Amino acid sequence: MTDRKPLYLMTPALVWLTAFMVVPCLLVLALAFFRRGIYGGIEYTFTMENIALVFDPLYAGIFLKSAWIAGLSATIAVVIGYAAAYAIAAAPSRRQATLLFFAVLPFWSNYLVRTYAWIVMLNREGLIAGVAVWLGYDGDLPKMLYTETAVVIGLVYNYLPFVILACYAPLSRLNPEIAEASRDLGGGGWTTFRRVILPMTVPGIATGFVFVFVLSIGNFVTPALLGGGQFQMIGNLVYAQFLTANDWPFGAALSMFLIAIMMGLLTLQTFATERASGARRED
Amino acid sequence: MFSKLKVIGAAALGTALALSATVAGAEKLVVSNWDGYMAPGAIDAFNEATGNEAELVLHGTNEEIMGKLIASKGKGYDVVFVSSPFAEVLHNLGLAEELDHDKIPNITNLYEQATQLSHDEGNTFSLPYAWGTTGLCYRSDLVEGTPDSWSDLLKPTEALSGKTTMLATDRWLLGAAMLANGYSVNTTDADELATVRDQLIETKGTLLAYDDTTFYAKLVSGEAELVQAWDGWCNYGIAENADIKYIVPSEGSDLWVDTMVILKNSEHKEAAYAFVDFILEPANHGWAAENILYKVPNKSAMEALSEDFVAQYPNMGITPDQLLKYEQLRDVGEAQRAYSRIVSEIKAN
Repeated sequence: MTDRKPLYLMTPALVWLTAFMVVPCLLVLALAFFRRGIYGGIEYTFTMENIALVFDPLYAGIFLKSAWIAGLSATIAVVIGYAAAYAIAAAPSRRQATLLFFAVLPFWSNYLVRTYAWIVMLNREGLIAGVAVWLGYDGDLPKMLYTETAVVIGLVYNYLPFVILACYAPLSRLNPEIAEASRDLGGGGWTTFRRVILPMTVPGIATGFVFVFVLSIGNFVTPALLGGGQFQMIGNLVYAQFLTANDWPFGAALSMFLIAIMMGLLTLQTFATERASGARRED
Repeated sequence: MFSKLKVIGAAALGTALALSATVAGAEKLVVSNWDGYMAPGAIDAFNEATGNEAELVLHGTNEEIMGKLIASKGKGYDVVFVSSPFAEVLHNLGLAEELDHDKIPNITNLYEQATQLSHDEGNTFSLPYAWGTTGLCYRSDLVEGTPDSWSDLLKPTEALSGKTTMLATDRWLLGAAMLANGYSVNTTDADELATVRDQLIETKGTLLAYDDTTFYAKLVSGEAELVQAWDGWCNYGIAENADIKYIVPSEGSDLWVDTMVILKNSEHKEAAYAFVDFILEPANHGWAAENILYKVPNKSAMEALSEDFVAQYPNMGITPDQLLKYEQLRDVGEAQRAYSRIVSEIKAN
């Protein structure tokens, strides 16, 4: 890797990223410091108004709410996904590929279709209600669709495969002799898991968590469809500024904060991964 | 006389096109419309009839096409379909063409009332394509009595609680409470807006959802029993279940108008005029009434509808005079920020 040639190979990717990622982001950043024109559009006068408005309790509250929902979804997804990845990694190796295939199978259908499927399941005249009635339940079912719970379910469901893949990678690479050694030294199953396996798979967990968190906090489709539009997440707020209020500068200011949060998280995740792999080397 | 004019027009157009074709190659007329909002074959029929090369592009929302038009100063588009407040904005931004009515002979097919729309009296920069009301759409077999007030939606009975939806688009969502209180649907008065906000926050607890796109399907399935709806969309429910009814509440409605605007920066003005004129022909304009079940402001087209059709879809029977009694949504300029903030406050609660 000390050979300099491979650096040239990065040029296409760097050009691509600069043109379609860095430049648009800078444009959005610039936009955040202008004013909304009276008929929509942009008035090119410098202002800090939009940035200040992000910290308004109303909008800051929406940020916190989004972070809560994204954090909850990511935590649930990690718990379920880690267990699934553990089971897959523990299965006989010839079956692992099949199991992984089934884990990512939902990705073969469109995100919207998968989300609509939950509407079919959860609505008052839907599948779950139908089964309950068929089983003889005749009271009023609790409202399932158009609630915060429905949104969390939708997010966990849609992003679960990311966690499974992210956790499977380190779990499948674990050297079984290490667990054996732990047992030889008197560690029980739980101790071995908690003190040996779990720390060594932190990078996978961190990656899975950050994936789900970042994808959830910016999501606007799921809250709109499964939340019945009854609460706003930051993605919906950004969407509304660009596409309903025609207030691009404020939408840009909100987006910049969202991007900043995601960058911060990705940096933390890199730290976690490096620390974990560093610890492994020291061992 | 009109057909003669059309022939002359087409001939003139043909010549102009042939000339321009030799100079710059065939040029394309670009029309932007919502998906499914005009006859599927309309563009081809127009091209065939006039020798043009019109092309249809689609936009999902008013805001989407407005974003593109503002960014490009209206270049690259010739005719756009937008709702009236947006036509007004295009006019205010100097992007809409001042219409020369002599080039639109079919304009005489429009109702006289269509020239009295408050956003553009005399149709100086826009031509109405469809118009209608926003009201209550409900399951007459499930709802007790006949809902006839916006309060029936805003303060539903115990039995209806959790079985109502309101529109998610901010202007209409706020409009329901504005009308219920007897305010203008374009009010910018801070006290009135605060009342509207408080009332809608209270209503939120009784709603099933905010829904712009599938409310009629929720009525059909029985998941919802009373919803706020645009009349044309309520018809999609009526088409599937005859127990679904539409009513304009006693406090009234807004009058929504979707329009056609020729862009000032259009490079194919003659063809653009020919296109809007083509749409205003009764057969073409009537397609919208028959297929998307929206009223059109075209007298000849509306008179051609069958009695059975009008009986099945009662909104078709609302007369232009009745429509004109309602206030149109206008662009509220700077106040739009306050509107969108109120919507955020409602949703955050």
